[in-house]
Order: sequence, then C-alpha cells, then structure tokens
Amino acid sequence: MITTPTKLVNPKRTKDSPVKSSLFKQSIRKLSKNKLAVSGFVVVIFMFVACFIGPLFSPYTDNKINMAMMNKAPHLKHWLGTDALGRDVLTRVLLAGRISLTVGLASMMLSVFIGSLLGALAGYYRGIVDQIIMRIADLLLTIPSLPLLFIFGALLSEWKIPTDYRMYIVMLMLSFVGWPGLARMVRGQMLSLREREFMQAAVVLGLRDRRKLFNHLLPNIVPLLIVIATLNIGGAILSESVLSFFGLGVMPPTPTWGNMIDAANNMIDFQERPWLWIPPGFSIFATVIAINIFGDGLRDVLDPKQKR
Amino acid sequence: MDNSIEIDHLSTYFYTEEGAVKAVDDVSFRVPLGQTVCIVGESGCGKSVTAMSIMGLVEEPGGKVISGKIDFGGEDLLKLDKHSLRSIRGNEIAMIFQEPMSSLNPVMKIGEQIMEPLIIHLKMNKKKARARAIELIEQVGISRPEQIADSYPHELSGGMLQRIMIAIAISCNPKLLIADEPTTALDVTIQAQILDMLREIKTDSNMSILLITHDLGVVAEMADYVIVMYSGKIVEEGEVVELFERPKHPYTKGLLKSKPIINQRLEELYSIPGQVPNPLDLQESCYFHDRCEHCMSICQTKQPQLQEVGNQQKVACWLYEEAVTHV
Amino acid sequence: MSEPLLEVSHLKKYFPITKGLLNRTVGHVKAVDDISITLQPGETFGLVGESGSGKSTVGRTILRLTDKTAGEIKFKGLDIHSLSPSELRAIRPKMQLIFQDPYSSLNPRVRVGDAIGEALLDHGFASKGEVRDRVLDALVSCGLSSYHIDRFPHEFSGGQRQRIGIARALVLNPELIIADEPVSALDVSIQAQIINLFSKLQETRGLAYLFISHDLSVVEHLCSTIGVMYLGSMVETASRDELFRNPLHPYTKALLSAVPVPIPKFKRDRIVLKGDIPSPANPPSGCKFHTRCPYAVDICKEQIPEFREVGSQHYVACHLV
Repeated sequence: MITTPTKLVNPKRTKDSPVKSSLFKQSIRKLSKNKLAVSGFVVVIFMFVACFIGPLFSPYTDNKINMAMMNKAPHLKHWLGTDALGRDVLTRVLLAGRISLTVGLASMMLSVFIGSLLGALAGYYRGIVDQIIMRIADLLLTIPSLPLLFIFGALLSEWKIPTDYRMYIVMLMLSFVGWPGLARMVRGQMLSLREREFMQAAVVLGLRDRRKLFNHLLPNIVPLLIVIATLNIGGAILSESVLSFFGLGVMPPTPTWGNMIDAANNMIDFQERPWLWIPPGFSIFATVIAINIFGDGLRDVLDPKQKR
Repeated sequence: MDNSIEIDHLSTYFYTEEGAVKAVDDVSFRVPLGQTVCIVGESGCGKSVTAMSIMGLVEEPGGKVISGKIDFGGEDLLKLDKHSLRSIRGNEIAMIFQEPMSSLNPVMKIGEQIMEPLIIHLKMNKKKARARAIELIEQVGISRPEQIADSYPHELSGGMLQRIMIAIAISCNPKLLIADEPTTALDVTIQAQILDMLREIKTDSNMSILLITHDLGVVAEMADYVIVMYSGKIVEEGEVVELFERPKHPYTKGLLKSKPIINQRLEELYSIPGQVPNPLDLQESCYFHDRCEHCMSICQTKQPQLQEVGNQQKVACWLYEEAVTHV
Repeated sequence: MSEPLLEVSHLKKYFPITKGLLNRTVGHVKAVDDISITLQPGETFGLVGESGSGKSTVGRTILRLTDKTAGEIKFKGLDIHSLSPSELRAIRPKMQLIFQDPYSSLNPRVRVGDAIGEALLDHGFASKGEVRDRVLDALVSCGLSSYHIDRFPHEFSGGQRQRIGIARALVLNPELIIADEPVSALDVSIQAQIINLFSKLQETRGLAYLFISHDLSVVEHLCSTIGVMYLGSMVETASRDELFRNPLHPYTKALLSAVPVPIPKFKRDRIVLKGDIPSPANPPSGCKFHTRCPYAVDICKEQIPEFREVGSQHYVACHLV
C-alpha cells in the first residue's frame, strides 16, 4: 500500500480561495498597487475621453474662421484662446488629439500584427524563412526612421495625395518603420522559448505545431508583446507629431498637435501667444509620458524574470 | 568546552508583499571550538538564512535580523558596525557557498582572489601574498598551482573551484568556517574529496565548522553535533551518533527513514506525507503537526519549546513534554 | 524471448566544437561514445554517471530530441531516427520523458489540466468530453486531485510539479518512460514520495524505465539492471544485486564508496579518486578512466578496453578484470 499523501497542503494559500487565479487577474492586482502606473493609465484614459468625447460639447467644431476673434488670449468664451484664424484652440487641441491618438494606436496595432507574425514565423521555422525575413528587417532597421519618414512624407506631397487620405498613409508609413523592431523581439523570444524544457516536453508529447505555437509559445510572448506595443504607441504619436510639425504628415486645416505647433513656429507667436503652442506641446508631452509610465509599470508586472 | 560562536534567540524575518516570513524563528545554538556542527533541513527550513544572518549578509529592505545575540570572541556580531564586521569576515569567520562558479569573480584571476583577504586582513605585501596563495592552492590538493593561480574561474571545473573557495576561506586561519551546502552541486566522487579535505583541515588547524546541508549522509560523515531545522525553528539537536541512532522528533525520524541507503533496499520507502507548510500561513502550533503521525490536539494549538531530553539532546515536541504525556 | 522494447546499438553522439570566424570544426565533444542498451518490456534500467558521463544525452538521443551521430536506436523494432515526422509523432506516446527540473518542464502559462490533456486531443486518443476524465485519472494515480486541474504550475511545490510532469507522461499510456534525474531537484522527504510513485506505477502498469541518475541509492531502489557510464562510455553493466554485491570496474567501486552513508562512524574502504573528471572534449587516451584509476597500468593508457561479458549478464570494460 502506498503512503499516498492524503493530507496534501493546498496549493498556494488557499483553503478558501476558489478563484482560478489566472495570470491576467494577478497582473491586474499587482499593477493596481503601482501608483505611478495607475496615474499614467488614468492620464491616458483621460486624454482619450477628452479628445474623442470632449469636442461633442464644443460649439466650435465646425472649424469656422472667425476673424473677429483672432489671436485672443484665453478667456471665458475660449478657454485656451484663439489662433490666427479665430478658431478655438481648446477644440482644435482636442480634435488634434483624435488624430494623434488614432494614428498612434492604429499604427501600433498594424506594426505589432505584421511584426509579431513575421517574427514568430522566423523564430519558429528558422532556416530560409528566418533568413529572408530577418534580412529585410535588418535592412529596414539600419535606415534611420525619421529621415525615412521624411522621404515618405515628401513623396506624399509630391504625389499630391488628398488630405483626407494622408492620415491613413501616415499610419502605414509608421507601421512600416515600426515592424522590424517588433519582429526582432518576437523572434528572439521564440528562439529562447523553443529551447526551454517545457517546449522539449511538447516535442516529446508529440504535440502538433499549431498547438505548440498558439497554446505554448504565444502565451509566453504576449506579456512582453503587450509591453512593447504599449511603449510603441508613445513612439508612434511622437513620430506623427514630428512629421506634421515638419508639414509632412497630416496637413492643415485638419489639426494635429504637431502642425499646431508648426503654425506657431514664429517669433511673435512663440513669444507673445504661448496659448497657441503650449497646449498642443503639453498634450504630446503628457500623453507620451503617461503611456511610457504605464508601459513601465506593465513591464514590471509582466516581466517573466520576476515570475517564479 | 569553549565555543567559537554562540547564537542566542536569533530571529530573521523577510518582508514580502504578502506578509512577513519568519525565516529564522528564535534559534539558539553553539559551535564548540574545533568541532563540526551540522544544520540539516529541507528547503525553506531557514538553515541558509541562519548562516547569512551570522555573516551579516541579510539585505535590508526585505530581510532583517529582528532580534538575537551572536557572541563571537566576546563581541556581539549583530551590534558591530560595518567596518568591524568587515574585518572579521574572511578573516576570523569565513564562508563558502554552494555554487563556486557564482561566488568567484569571473574577471579576476584565481591567484588574485586568494591574495585579496591576505592583503586586506593579514596586511601582507603582494609578494608574500602570492607565495602564500600558491601554498594554499597546493594545500587544497591542486597540482601545478602557479598555472592555476594565473587562470580565470571559467577555466576550472566545479570541484576545483570549490577547492579554491576553501583555499580563500582558510587563508587567514579562521576560527570558524561556515559552509552552506558546499558539495551539493558537485559530483559524488568530487564530494568525497572535498569532504575529506575539510575534515583534514579541521583537524590540522582546530577550526570549527558550521556545515549546512540537506544530505543526511554528509551529516553522518562530518558532524560532531547535529541541529535539525524545520520551518525556521530548531526541532531537534544532539550529538551525532545519538541523533542518528535514537532520533526523537517525528520529523527527524521521518527524514532518516526516508533516505534510501545502498545495500539496504526496502520494498517501499518511508515517506513523510504532505509537504513543508507555506511560511505565510503558519499559525501558533507545532509547525510539523499536519504531517505528523503522532499529532495530538495540543500540537495543533501550541508550539512546543526545545527541551533537554538527556544525553545532550534537545527536542521541541509535545510527545516529550512531561506535562502533556501525563494528561 | 520476446522482442526487446528498446534496442540501442553502438550509439554515438558527438557535438562539434567550432572555432574562428568561419565556424571551422576543430574537434568533437564525444558526449556519447558507443553505448548499447537493451530493454525488455517492463524492465527497469538504471543509467548512472556523474557530470560529463553523457547519460542525459543518451536519453535525449533515444527520444530523438537531438540527432544521433552513429549507431541505431530501435523502439519496438522501429528505427527511431529514420522515421518520418508523422511516423515519429505517432509513436511518441509510447515513449515519454520525465525531466529533472520541475520548474522549467511545465509551461507557466498553461493550466495543469490542459498541460496533461492536450496530447490526448492532438493524438486523437480522446474527444473533448472524455479528456477531463482521463486527466483526472492520471492526476489521481500520481497523488494529486481534481482541484488541481485549473491551476497554474507556479501555484505548486516542486514535488507536486514533478507529479504533474509524471501525470502528463502517464496519460498517454506509454510503454517506456525515460526519467532524467527526476528526483535530484527535490527535497529528501519528497524524493521518497516520488520514488514510491515511480515504483507503484511500474508495478501497476508494467512500465519499462530508463532511469537516469547520479544517485546510486535511488537507482538501487527502482532498477533491476544498472549501467555505469564514464565520459561517454559504458564501463559496467550488471543486474542490481550483482553490481552492488560485486562491482568490478574501479570506477564503479569508487562511485559506490563515495556515496555518503547516513550512519555516523560508518567504516568503509573509501576509494578516493584523484583529480577531476576530464573534459569530454578532450578525453584521455586508451581507457578514459586511467587518469584517475588507482590501479592503472601501462596498457590502460594505450588501449581502449573491450566491453565484454564476465559473468552472467555482467559486462565490464576494464583491462584488469
């Protein structure tokens, strides 16, 4: 007769926690304890809400030119003043936010999708697939991204792309520049994960490729991917702002934070009308920092090195 | 009998976000001069943390020595300032660890690492220190010492590295050597060499050894006196032959019974049911109660204290408390 | 005599050592250097050795987790290394592996129930509805219970994780289990539990084991035949009783005498070997053990000893026997 341990001590500390503790719930709990990360998250949410819902409450969304009100400092009717064409700065800042946030989010999602797909294939199948994908990625990585974006931006103007489409083209441009870094990272993760003992176990068990990829490898990559993706958004927003600052991205009259600063880029506006460039500048600053702080907090929580 | 070190009511806690872990819970013992005392226990029992506490290696925040007194040569180590503690470490008390590869500096030559304590503690000049280092390398059984002195750690095997660790440790003729699982990571034939060497050194220089291990075979070979720890507390201690032949605490008995011995094959090994309790969940009780086949109701509610049970043996178990057994 | 379950013949596994910019092969690490093992169904074979002996590599090569350099591995008559990927996959359930490290052998993001049951689905051994029962079965056989199914590995102790690993292997109804140091990373009191589990499973299911370990006392408990490896070569093979009663190879004798016995003041003739284990990248000439052997003579340096039968089922590779 076997001395089967009948009084096994329960796993973890739980005579009374029936909850299946998933990684997700654990992470949320841990994250909420990090006050800095939470504040970053709050700021980001605030920006989203403000930019997408805020303008609905504004009487100035028709972008009408109102020369009577031009260049007025902040006052009761215009909380952040008006610009050279009499348009309400606050409304414009919020509308600009829509563009920047959308472009940031969308280009991130696109580059994550492309990058992780290619990186996963390269890392999993190795061989010639790996070689081809990585050589292309390497090539793109050696080209400095900003100059590349500038070239694309200039081409947009050359080819006289209608302003409506410019936003989408910018998204594509940014994800084109962003995917190689992600692919590299995902491939690296794949390569190291493949060698882990639990993957060797998967081989011995005779599991199918699809299961190995989706049930075993992917869940281990996703946490780091989430972190990188989050931080990517900040970078994308910055890049978009830089592009439109140089007049190479989304063009006026559609406001973006970048082109609003560009419009105020002269001695007089800079010195005498700070309400024209401080709001958009600060918006970029606050959004990107908040995203980065939140991303850092995410990394602390999801970093596999801390998990044991 | 004179003691090289006396530890009184040492308690070290670790603070985690889920609560305080009593890694070492009111532990007292002595290491007599020239003797080997073994602390034996399984993972989480607190044996390594005890050693770290003696050497002042418990890092704040997170870990803290809450209370206790460690009397070494008349001084309380816990009350010493950093400077004085540093001059004792490596000099009068030395320590060797389980993984020699990670205890040695990978970018420093072997010879230099042995010379360091000689120069710092014994104030030798470089020439003398080098000569002494070569001597030490030979003493620990490594041939071609000059060549080894000029090598880097990654060029040597685990067994050789552990010998170097020992060389560094004994370089200043310490009164006490603390060895934390020194042979666990080594092959069995190498372990035999290292243990033999430790015994030799101990006899030659009358050094005391505090040996921490989970391997009962090593304990039987090396110890004069044995301390058994479980969940941060000492559950039994005694002179080695006495403890092995007449173990008192159910945990000690269980440990001894569950170790397979060569040429003594059993149909089925005895195994202690269950597993070590979560240190965060410990209640006022005997920590071993839920795995003990002799568990009584008092065991579930009150913690037994260490009592002398004659013949230099001490046990912390309700089975041996006069008051209880007469109920 | 029935067909052997596993037949390893003259297995060699060399790892190339490369140097320089062009990765020229300058030598080989002869991890496994001509090993032959035969296992009957239900037989338990203990493979013993220290670091550099190549015992783990033998296990992995048998399962084709790595390619072989030479030799033949036949499982139930099939040449494992010449099967196509799909044929290999089909036979995998019959030969399973238990790993040494209970912490890295389970995927931290996969629930225990899924980890155990997924192979059943992939091989079509059970439908989705039947899986849960089969998983439960395996868990219970290994001393765990149903509330463990939805948990993640990090919620378990080392011993419990090892049980999960065993359940995972067991659920496929294997005929051969290769266990690579399965108890070395566990505490002593847990080791005993797991050893007992291995024992019980062997009895109730007639499993064959290739039990790889450096710990002779564990192997003595579980295996009827034992093979001792040194630097990639097999130096002695015998039935358990024969090996412990009458070890012939100097290395075996040294190994046996080196194991610390938990009996204080135990008197034994300990053979303490001099020097360290040589590197498998640069093994000694002739008999690889001659550099540490207390009885070495000239021929030991020059000629590789033949692995031959010297008693009933007792094989040794030594010039002095």
